[in-house]
Amino acid sequence: MGPSDTTGAQDGAPVPAIRIGGLHKSFGDNHVLRGIDFVVGEGEVVCVIGPSGSGKSTLLRCVNRLEEADEGSILIEGADIRDPDADVDLLRSRIGMVFQSFNLFPHLSVLRNLTIAQRRVRRRSEAEATEVARHNLARVGLSDKIDAYPAHLSGGQQQRVAIARALSMDPDMMLFDEPTSALDPELVGEVLEVMRALASEGMTMMVVTHEMGFARDVADRVVFMDEGVVVEEGPPERILVAPEHDRTRRFLKVVADG
Amino acid sequence: MTRRRRQRLVRGLLYASAVAVVVALAAVADVDLLRRNFLDREIAATMFPDVLLIAARNTIVYTALAFTFGLALGLVLALMRLSSIGPYRWFATVYIEVFRGLPALLTIFLVGFGIPIAFQVRWPILVQITLGLGIVAAAYMAETIRAGIEAVPRGQMEAARSLGMSRGRAMASIIIPQGFRIIVPPLTNELVLLIKDTSLLFVLGTTPATKELTKFGRDILTARANATPLIVVGAVYLLITIPLTQLVAVLERRNARAR
Ligand SMILES: Nc1ncnc2c1ncn2[C@@H]1O[C@H](COP(=O)(O)OP(=O)(O)OP(=O)(O)O)[C@@H](O)[C@H]1O
Ligand SMILES: [Mg+2]
Repeated sequence: MGPSDTTGAQDGAPVPAIRIGGLHKSFGDNHVLRGIDFVVGEGEVVCVIGPSGSGKSTLLRCVNRLEEADEGSILIEGADIRDPDADVDLLRSRIGMVFQSFNLFPHLSVLRNLTIAQRRVRRRSEAEATEVARHNLARVGLSDKIDAYPAHLSGGQQQRVAIARALSMDPDMMLFDEPTSALDPELVGEVLEVMRALASEGMTMMVVTHEMGFARDVADRVVFMDEGVVVEEGPPERILVAPEHDRTRRFLKVVADG
Repeated sequence: MTRRRRQRLVRGLLYASAVAVVVALAAVADVDLLRRNFLDREIAATMFPDVLLIAARNTIVYTALAFTFGLALGLVLALMRLSSIGPYRWFATVYIEVFRGLPALLTIFLVGFGIPIAFQVRWPILVQITLGLGIVAAAYMAETIRAGIEAVPRGQMEAARSLGMSRGRAMASIIIPQGFRIIVPPLTNELVLLIKDTSLLFVLGTTPATKELTKFGRDILTARANATPLIVVGAVYLLITIPLTQLVAVLERRNARAR
């Protein structure tokens, strides 16, 4: 396994799902991530909050290498994904990702959206993939939409299908990038409900969100980011109610007023 | 109010002058002469059924072959142009620029005569036709396909990759199918252009069995010194091309609804 083992596990402590150390990322002159350290434990739900442009999406996207970090380490279950020999496709297939804009495949039915990667990446049989798809559609409460096309679904339904699509790969963890930001207010609840259920089932989740209610109720830990660094982190009752830093307070006030 | 009235007046004048021009032309024209030269029933009758069973059939077969070849090569070229590997990109760019820049006739000559002279090979006529038209078609289609691929939102590739698909797999299953939907209209346009370009193929030499529509009509025109064959083959061309453009309009509407 090599050197990644030693950095991943410490003194027999359980290996965290995600361990990020000294992460830097620039887009040209724009130094977006300036030394990020943090850990998501197995089964933990971590919400990342922070102002627009603070680098939350970039951080999330570095975790499954949709963005290549410039410096630092990202260990997924102890294995360094920045290793040039790492199998990126295998890695990504174990990390579910949910996007702000859903990104369902519009030319495929809901069922095919859920089965295509199972078939092509996991090499599951049609029957098995369909079975898994049905199971996950039921989890998000959309069994009756199995033959629908994405264009015929509401935004909330599309996002739930996107979650079911990610779950159909049996991921070890899920990344959410503002999954409800593109939704009409009345559709936010149904998506958050699905995410709540996932969390209570013990899924490891890293969630970038502006939904403070969700962070308060569901997160084990809240991470506040600003200008490419983690300003502070801790349990939601502390970070959201009695933060140490001014920057955090200001941000929370803006969110509360907005 | 006055503006609208003036508009109506202008429009009325335009209609009136159009009618006047038609009437004037009809008055000047020797209708009988026109009919004899362009609409000779007897000559038209002699053209059937060969104009359909041989000439139209050949036109369709040649078009289909060249289109299929052009589409396949065009897709390869489009992917090369989008490749991160420099030499692939350069090759595709040069290919596209060269064959879009040359007259199609020159390329057909090249395939039909240049290559046989240079390499001492004589390909079957169907191969010459497929290459002669398809090489040019591929250059145009490559650009169309590339535009289609680039029109697919970035999030689609990201979603596919995040599910663990390789770049190639994502291209094949997610991006290219969507890209093609977008380019059905311009591709059909290219198909129609290709149908018309089959009229250049006579330069490769023909036998009675390999004539396409234009050559077929032109030979009768020469033999009978009468323009009726042009009208007949023209009508056959339209019979092929107009349903095609109509079909695309239908597909486009259905696509728009599915999205
Ligand atoms: N692909 C990219 N190319 C260039 N710059 C980028 C790219 N992606 C992000 N950036 C820049 O990086 C900075 C951080 O962006 P990021 O999307 O990570 O912020 P964010 O915290 O997710 O903000 P938001 O809440 O608006 O989603 C921004 O200044 C953005 O312009
Ligand atoms: Mg973002």
